[in-house]
Amino acid sequence: MGDNLQLNSEGKLKHFLTIEGLSQTLLNEILDTAESFAEISEHQVKKVPLLRGKTIVNLFFENSTRTKTTFELAGTRLSADVLSINIATSATAKGESLLDTIRNLEAMYVDMFVVRHAISGAAHFIAQHAAPHISVINAGDGQHAHPTQAMLDMFTIRQFKKDFAKLRVAIIGDILHSRVARSQIQALNILGVAEVRVIAPKTLLPAEVETLGVTVSHNLTDGLQDIDVVIMLRLQKERMTSALLPSESEYFKCFGLTEEKLKIAKPDAIVMHPGPINRGVEIDSKVADGLQSVILKQVSNGVAVRMAIMSMVLRKQGMPA
Amino acid sequence: MRFIQIDDGRIIDPANHINREGSVYLADGKVAAIFNKPDGFTPDTVIDAQNKIICPGFIDLSTRLREPGQNRKATFASETLAAASAGVTSLCLQPDTIPVVDTPAVVEFIKDLAEKVGYTQVYPIAALTQKLEGTELSAMLSLKQAGCLAVGTGNRAMPNLLVLRRAMEYAASHDLTVMIRPNDYWLGSQGCVHEGAFATRYGLPSVPEAAETIALAHCLELAELTGCHVHFGQISGKRSVIRIYQAKKYGLNITADVAIHQLHLTENDIKPFDSAYHVLPPLRTEEDKQYLRQGLENGTLDCICSDHQPHDLDAKLGAFPETEAGMSALETLLPLMLALVAKNAINLDQGIAALTQKPASVLGLASGALTPGLAADICIFDPELVWQVGTDTWKSQGINTPYWGKIFKGRVTHTFQGGQLIFSL
Amino acid sequence: MINIAQLLDVLEAELNRIIIERKLANPLMIGIRTGGVWVAEQLHKRLGLTEPLGLLDISFYRDDFSQIGVNPNVKPSQLPSHIEGRDIILVDDVFYTGRTIRAALNEIFDYGRPNQVVLAVLIERDGKQIPLSPDCIGVRMNLNPSQRIKLIGPEPLAIDLQTTDTAA
Repeated sequence: MGDNLQLNSEGKLKHFLTIEGLSQTLLNEILDTAESFAEISEHQVKKVPLLRGKTIVNLFFENSTRTKTTFELAGTRLSADVLSINIATSATAKGESLLDTIRNLEAMYVDMFVVRHAISGAAHFIAQHAAPHISVINAGDGQHAHPTQAMLDMFTIRQFKKDFAKLRVAIIGDILHSRVARSQIQALNILGVAEVRVIAPKTLLPAEVETLGVTVSHNLTDGLQDIDVVIMLRLQKERMTSALLPSESEYFKCFGLTEEKLKIAKPDAIVMHPGPINRGVEIDSKVADGLQSVILKQVSNGVAVRMAIMSMVLRKQGMPA
Repeated sequence: MRFIQIDDGRIIDPANHINREGSVYLADGKVAAIFNKPDGFTPDTVIDAQNKIICPGFIDLSTRLREPGQNRKATFASETLAAASAGVTSLCLQPDTIPVVDTPAVVEFIKDLAEKVGYTQVYPIAALTQKLEGTELSAMLSLKQAGCLAVGTGNRAMPNLLVLRRAMEYAASHDLTVMIRPNDYWLGSQGCVHEGAFATRYGLPSVPEAAETIALAHCLELAELTGCHVHFGQISGKRSVIRIYQAKKYGLNITADVAIHQLHLTENDIKPFDSAYHVLPPLRTEEDKQYLRQGLENGTLDCICSDHQPHDLDAKLGAFPETEAGMSALETLLPLMLALVAKNAINLDQGIAALTQKPASVLGLASGALTPGLAADICIFDPELVWQVGTDTWKSQGINTPYWGKIFKGRVTHTFQGGQLIFSL
Repeated sequence: MINIAQLLDVLEAELNRIIIERKLANPLMIGIRTGGVWVAEQLHKRLGLTEPLGLLDISFYRDDFSQIGVNPNVKPSQLPSHIEGRDIILVDDVFYTGRTIRAALNEIFDYGRPNQVVLAVLIERDGKQIPLSPDCIGVRMNLNPSQRIKLIGPEPLAIDLQTTDTAA
């Protein structure tokens, strides 16, 4: 499926739309490449000329400061020209179709679209209809996928845990609406972890969730046993108003990660969160700021991982080897 | 052409229990005789139907021709040509046109359109409520007198059961069949795929099967309460089939149809994010498909329809959930029915009955059979003819079908409507 | 057979001559990974330099990124903070097309503006494609287009000469 669209005839990445369909080898290559970029970012000279002359357009149909910032930074550090467009205030809000928006930008000779959209499948649609030389990176589409976030999460896990094979990973929260969770589950399974466990109330789990390759728990206390990596998901305010949950405090009582609850997991378990954090709703401040939290590391890894993905994807297609 | 002779075909007419080689004789727009040539019959035209099948013209219980109101998508001219090429001689038009079929004026307009393009048997289904808004009854008697054979809810769900009850009672009092595609207003309005493994994997908004079965259950109770004949359209789920089976056994006066593509496709066939597969009701699971097939075989589901919904290109261009649902489906009706027979899900008699005799009975039409004296609505098709879906063969203005480019076996060679040859290959 | 020690003797002598001629003051020696670093380590010892050797990885500055893509195993360059105004001795094992040196110069200049750069290579061969040349060499060789020469190491250092089917 997506792997045909994402890979070119040589099996190299042309778009980065979803984790699904990518091989373990390719995921590890992304992680290794990100490693070299991570060290660059700690140096005085943070720029490399790899993508000089390339034009990257960040097309954000959905607001996001942090993801947009990391993509801007990643592109700039690769010496590309980066343009960020917030569509909510632009032509599409006036009724311009998705396709027309793309065509208008293509007419200005761009090389890459980084797309964030509220509807599942938007990035695939753009990749299918964009001009052949253009690469598309999915920065999050509806509830479907957020593959760059998943990769930076895997990169962070690898930094602290080295070997995926024995890991038990728990993902806690609103799985139903989470594109991050779907991509993380796919990546964890492809990288061969021992177990992926989702912990959530029934209203926040999608139908037949086990088919994603996870075990299920509705109880945080039971669910955290033997866990090496705890990934907390953000609980959005809308979930209360659409009759999915009664209140934030009730949610925190059952599923909020406190120091007490964290003790149930393995003593060297790490705590992750894709952000932004809702303190006191899904996670206690003491845990978010505590010794086991690697949340800030995730953020700093975000730029390196995106640099890796962008440079892998923009390698010219069809050039003689 | 007043006198037409169709020679040496295999005549399949389930209504009259006929399935053998023979000839058919048409005179003055009616079937004159089968097998035995009438005395003094001199044909103007003789059609050689060797190796072909002669059957009654197909009656399609659910189509949308997009006129009036949505000419961008399709027109009477293009879609009746598609129907004729598909062997369909009677079309039921769903009431959700623009404007809705809730006044005799709209019915007249539709009849005029049909006459202008030379395809006379378009039967608009009248709207059950005014503007299909689900609050006030439509003028059902006037609509019946204008020519509507049934009333229906189109693609709108009805949240107010009190209104639905009264509408059904009123329809029953005028001997009108109520055609409903069961879909709960609250559970069934936010989704583009079946609520299950596929939706979960691709993060797509979904419709649970319960949306259909719950609405079905409401309507069954109301059917019993009001004594109304209800016809359930485009059934898609296992539990619906079970309920309809039980209701029929119980003695309720109900009938049902299924769209032909639901008998072949499931969510596992959906090419991810390919809007050609975006249909409502959505493609469900393998188990649902098996139950639909069994339901058709044992008569729980009476008829097959095309659920023809042609779309303009823009309607299908966009992120999957934002595209419009529906498939252009008239021209794949026959080959898909034959494919079902080839899979031994049903036999050919049952397949043809589901497209002729049974829908005629649902509508109370004197049609769907080759009985001498009835109007000559005839379909002749070659079951072995191989063809490919593409710009050379496709007549509908909508090319929105997951079968685009597919190679099929079975194609209509001649279609007669009231003795007029409205299509030949 | 090529004697590495002899080449290093020649190169050391040439380098000492250039240092005087071009008036290099407190030069910073930088070796290009990987072969250039091995050569630089030897020269660094022979010249008795005290400041640590700089290590340059030019992977991100290569001009053939479009064709071959990103190497996943890049180690970052290690240069001291001040390039500004320094005299640099840039060391590589083989000078061939000149593209490696161009990339190395681009990278060094991204760190700062040196006072001058002297290029020392162990082996200069034919096949130049960019108008650059070394300031001092161990030996000059003419090879066939199908031949490739490289340094293997780190211990012991040796020259590897291969003939390939395809041209470079």
